[in-house]
Amino acid sequence: MNIVVCIKRTPDTETRIKLGEGGASIDPAGVKFIISPYDEFALEAALQLKEAAGDGEVALLSLGGEETQETLRQGLAMGADRAVLLKGNPGVDGLATAKALAAELKGMNASLILFGMKGADMDQQQVGPMAATILGLPCATAVSEFQVAGGVATCHREVEGGVEVLEVDLPAVITMTKGKFEPRYASLKGIMAAKRKPMEQKDAQGGEARLTVRALAYPPERPAGRIVGEGPDAAAELVRLLREEAKAL
Amino acid sequence: MGDVLAVVEQREGKIRGVSQEVVTAAAALGAKLGGSVHALLLGPPGIAGAAPSLGRHGAEKIRVAESDALSVYHPQVYAQAVTEAVKGGAYVAVVFAATAQGKDLAPRVAAMLDVPLASDATGFEVEGDTVLAVRPIFSGKAFATVAFSAAPALLSIRPNVFQPREQPASGTVEAFAPQGVDSGSGGLRLKEFRATGGGAKDVAEASIVVTGGRGMKGPENWGILEDLREALGSDAALGASRAVVDAGWRPHGEQVGQTGKTVSPKLYFAFGISGAIQHLAGMRTSQTIVAVNKDASAPIFQVADYGIVGDALEVVPRLAAEVRKLRAGD
Repeated sequence: MNIVVCIKRTPDTETRIKLGEGGASIDPAGVKFIISPYDEFALEAALQLKEAAGDGEVALLSLGGEETQETLRQGLAMGADRAVLLKGNPGVDGLATAKALAAELKGMNASLILFGMKGADMDQQQVGPMAATILGLPCATAVSEFQVAGGVATCHREVEGGVEVLEVDLPAVITMTKGKFEPRYASLKGIMAAKRKPMEQKDAQGGEARLTVRALAYPPERPAGRIVGEGPDAAAELVRLLREEAKAL
Repeated sequence: MGDVLAVVEQREGKIRGVSQEVVTAAAALGAKLGGSVHALLLGPPGIAGAAPSLGRHGAEKIRVAESDALSVYHPQVYAQAVTEAVKGGAYVAVVFAATAQGKDLAPRVAAMLDVPLASDATGFEVEGDTVLAVRPIFSGKAFATVAFSAAPALLSIRPNVFQPREQPASGTVEAFAPQGVDSGSGGLRLKEFRATGGGAKDVAEASIVVTGGRGMKGPENWGILEDLREALGSDAALGASRAVVDAGWRPHGEQVGQTGKTVSPKLYFAFGISGAIQHLAGMRTSQTIVAVNKDASAPIFQVADYGIVGDALEVVPRLAAEVRKLRAGD
């Protein structure tokens, strides 16, 4: 079974975001970049499936600049077999990104295409289902766990108030959230092997961006709060303040 | 200029509360665009009966498609129906709720219409002919104002941000019969829905959230948080920090934070939570934040409006008692 995992290079989640000059971009100085955490769940799922099947290939696909090669190498170090970098700029227009990825995915002959549910930078949660729609493939989103048997993936999907169980016929697209698949750490052996694994670079064939960032801003500052008291005896005063001052109760 | 379509959400034949927020937001956008608001309701036979209530929040027309095939959300079926509805009108904007369903549906509709989508918007503006949306990025560490250069502009709105406003409009119900509805399942089948959480509100939609972290010491202590939640009423939900979810104490569906849910309730309680950046990212837009932690220098106190320095295991039961006293007097 051939699996393609689409990944994105995003800032580490510990990062304190600083806005750059002109207020329309992020200052990259001092920022550590990683594979978006949700994409790691997808990659781990792919690696486990390949291990269980005993054959097949896990390929990585990403839209990004030159520096994205480093991120793809991290994925290869975890155990993926090869990587394809589409050179382009994943901005805030998820549809443009989806078109670029879909154009390449069409020729990749995958039974399963996995995405992280969302990129941990733009938080849009759209590229996976958009790409699936463009490719005409069934798609399950926000899946926390799934199994494949007889050409069907049975997926658990988190929704308000419970879990949906659905089936998708392969070839299919699945977008992953946190759940059963805990991403492995790359071993030293894996890191060394990654250097020799194939990495292709191509120009992205996509559309132009029709959703663009005009401006960025920090969240509004919260006014300073206060300590109401110590220990359980402060509870009564807290409740009084919540009722009378905050009008929250 | 053009009309706005509000895509409403139903489950089991009842219109979900978040739909009031969607219609309210669509009405606000419609006012800026100088157009009217239509609501689109897809559901089981008989759902038309619930439609007029949408008129109360500003829908001039409610287009209803009722059939067995539309009873339960199916991504392909719903996406095709919504796409047809959009094409059959003169809409310059389409608004969805950024719920589990909306986040699954809106991208598919955007791809079918070949237009971009701004997800999880917390605000919008209109400048001349251009629709702008404001949306959080980096889990809320920054906000981006994004501009559309395609029409219609598709947006999904974050739940609990646009307060429902009653602004009655004619609310005329009109039948809509999408063509592509009875086609096959497209290779996707819903097998079952397993309810969890005993019918309690989802943490991302509750107006009060009670969250526990490692300071709660162990899963056996969650009973006191459950008790506080009960004292606070049916609009309260439990949340959990990443640490306790990773430790297996609580399910992932309760996780608040960067790899969990982002919540924006009226009132957020953080018990035994230190306040790591990734957690703050998930709850910092809550209206009122209360923190209880043994460590007075815990970062959570920097975002909290009110804090108690102390052991959550001792404070929470007393808090529940005080809340019950207050409610008894109401």
